[in-house]
Amino acid sequence: MERKLTDIIVRFFVGGLVVSAFSLISDLLKPKTFAGLFGAAPSIALATLALTVMKDGEQYAAIEARSMILGAIALFGYALAVSHIQLRFRRSALPVALVLLIFWIGLASGLWYVMVS
Amino acid sequence: MIVTISISGLKRTKWWELLLRFVLGGLVTAGAGELAKRLGPGFGGLFLAFPVILASSVTLVQKHEREGKQQKGMNGVIRGRQAAGADAAGAAMGSIGLIAFAVCVWKFLPGHNLWFVIGGATLAWAVVCVMVWYFWKCNFLRRISSAS
Repeated sequence: MERKLTDIIVRFFVGGLVVSAFSLISDLLKPKTFAGLFGAAPSIALATLALTVMKDGEQYAAIEARSMILGAIALFGYALAVSHIQLRFRRSALPVALVLLIFWIGLASGLWYVMVS
Repeated sequence: MIVTISISGLKRTKWWELLLRFVLGGLVTAGAGELAKRLGPGFGGLFLAFPVILASSVTLVQKHEREGKQQKGMNGVIRGRQAAGADAAGAAMGSIGLIAFAVCVWKFLPGHNLWFVIGGATLAWAVVCVMVWYFWKCNFLRRISSAS
């Protein structure tokens, strides 16, 4: 139990640091489309892969990476949808980004379901 | 357009925005690990590409652009929303690099040095997304179609 809690805390801090670092790099760069590349940086994967390999082994991490391909395809769809709505309909970014997270979860889960079946 | 580094972008970032990103990043990373434990690495792996930075960055980009224009006496609402759209378009190109990152880790991790694989995959992400951005910026596809 104690080891599990330590694992969660380590992931939280490492993940927070890596995500913040990529966000800061993104803040420094212009134009906006180039800075936006860092919105799809492998921050969560970088924060978690080493820990996963050390605890659960290479095969376990490789299976996660294979599913990550599907997550990244869904991220492509999500980012395109956010961009299209913002540029064409000029809505407020927060509700668009939040509502479309449901679209990302649906698309990623759907792709995963197709892959396993 | 040339890529530039601007310190003014950092000056506009407030401490609570950094804290928000840190907490969101930490929560999603810890959550992805827990999901993988409970539902298996197949489903949990999807969340390694969860759009956590993007959702927070488009909101903050919109806010910063709007405030910048308002300081110059303009409304800035439309400009802020357009900037958020441009940021998300960049993330769509970056996600193609993220696919390359995941393929590298999936194919090369078993049987190879962890740090070489992570370094190589990160390099693949950077090269692919910068190339996609560059070709998009140069209207590469339009030039090919007009030439043929």
